[in-house]
Amino acid sequence: MSKKVEPAHAGTLESSDLFVRVVPCECEGVEIELESSVYEIYADAIKATILESANALKATGIKIMVQDKGALDYVIKARVEAAILRAYGINEPDWSVL
Amino acid sequence: MKNFDKSINTQALTPIGAPVFTCKEKCKGQERDAKLCESIEESIRRSGLRDGMTISFHHAFRGGDLILNRVMDIIAKMGFKDLTLASSSLASVHDPVIEHIKSGVVTQIYTSGLRSKLGEAISKGLMEKPVQIHSHGGRVHLLQSGELSIDVAFLGVPVCDRFGNANGHSGRSKCGSLGYAMMDAQYAKYVVVLTEALEEYPNVPASLHQDQVDAVVLVDEVGDPAKIGAGETRMTTNPKELMLARLTTKIIEHSGLFKEGFSVQTGTGGASLATTVFLSEKMEEQNIKASFGLGGITGTMVYMLKRGLVKKLLDVQSFDEFAAKSLGENKDHIEISANEYANPSSKGAAIKQLDIVVLSALEVDVDFNVNVITGSKGLLRGASGGHSDTAAEAKLSIIVAPLTRGRIPTVTKRVNTIVTPGSTVDVVVTDQGIAVNPKHAELKARLKKAGLEIVEMQELYERAIALCGEPQNIAYTDKVVAVIRYRDGSIIDVVRQLA
Repeated sequence: MSKKVEPAHAGTLESSDLFVRVVPCECEGVEIELESSVYEIYADAIKATILESANALKATGIKIMVQDKGALDYVIKARVEAAILRAYGINEPDWSVL
Repeated sequence: MKNFDKSINTQALTPIGAPVFTCKEKCKGQERDAKLCESIEESIRRSGLRDGMTISFHHAFRGGDLILNRVMDIIAKMGFKDLTLASSSLASVHDPVIEHIKSGVVTQIYTSGLRSKLGEAISKGLMEKPVQIHSHGGRVHLLQSGELSIDVAFLGVPVCDRFGNANGHSGRSKCGSLGYAMMDAQYAKYVVVLTEALEEYPNVPASLHQDQVDAVVLVDEVGDPAKIGAGETRMTTNPKELMLARLTTKIIEHSGLFKEGFSVQTGTGGASLATTVFLSEKMEEQNIKASFGLGGITGTMVYMLKRGLVKKLLDVQSFDEFAAKSLGENKDHIEISANEYANPSSKGAAIKQLDIVVLSALEVDVDFNVNVITGSKGLLRGASGGHSDTAAEAKLSIIVAPLTRGRIPTVTKRVNTIVTPGSTVDVVVTDQGIAVNPKHAELKARLKKAGLEIVEMQELYERAIALCGEPQNIAYTDKVVAVIRYRDGSIIDVVRQLA
């Protein structure tokens, strides 16, 4: 995607949810900043899920900041996708890639 | 005196050894207040406390305890070093102990529980010597075997008389049963009772007795009544916990043990309390009465006693204000010591007469081993309590836990720390399936026949991992920060320092 990126967010700080913020950045690809209540045992898995979701949308030049409260993978995927789509201002996502 | 043989010349008899108590007329009445101390400092001075000694406390006030921190601060100010702290357990309120470890006042700890910042600091290597974690029954065993030898016990109570007769069920800061303190009063070389109120002598019946107590100190407050049983009395509205409670009740109902005169112990926590309520309904429905309820006693157990559903309550620790109050009011609500409750080498521990125990878990593994002391990140944040004691002795031990807590799996391949060995665990109840220890084919068949779906532990594990993913391994160093003592004193596991 090469559209202009505006800061956007999705999710909450409730237990088992996560709060995702997406901002434009001067970086190649995607930069991830993660805080998590299960960081010690799931940091790698969560980062992989975030990256996979961003790549599926071909997002680049963004920074994804996540505050995770022990969300399961499908929740992480949904919140990250929502935040990225909002950042790009896309109302009609390509459902086939999601 | 009628038959006194006057032929014996009593003047010629001499006593063996020198008489110690020569008090006749001259000191009559003068020593009646002799145990009263002006201050905590004075009681410490009188106790003869020296560096390197062992001091103890009891944990009946739980999160509302105001004694341990206060006494430790004074001991630190008086300059003592290298002490062993042997509290029957430690709660979150005891985080200030960290400073006393840093300054060398405390160099060794014996406890059932370790939580909060203190647990975290110790997990990260705060202490040279590893903490000894014991069960409630195991602590008495350590006292009797001599490994744990208490020099001075500091026992907080709501009421006491000038001679040392104390109880926990009256006064302002009621803690209820003094079942753990009774052991310290019996075994410590010097016993200081710190009381919130001085009653007229004799304050009887007493839980701590005049012939055990050396000193009595009147203090402003020993506990915060609002925090003694906080958060443990309300009926849960959490649907997952209610579901677990319904399943557990059904298991009890069809276990083959649910008949007139059965006995039961449940803990605190939502699912456990709800189980007690649902079980009461079943008992009324089928007109079955229990012979006794055991353990940490809650308000819901007292409710069962009042309705005649259970004939006696044996109370080593009162979990809420209702239980604490009831202990003084109901003749069938009986205070028992930790030795009468759970000590494996006791001549008679009540758990040996117990049919059913309902327990919780931080983790259970595919071999039914249970962890109640370390969290998912390897930090010390729980308590051994009566878990391994009751699981070993009750006819049926049921572990109740959600399959996952947020993203943290409760069922694992191997628990971080073993507190209760799988061989003593009979049934594991989760919100996504029930597993029965393969040792109990008959029980399994019984529960299946009752319409309960029974799965293998391995299936529960796989389901948990399918939801959460396989957790990364926690990195530890080689240094042991805590030793888990089984109830007979043997070492069942160790906890290592986080890397």
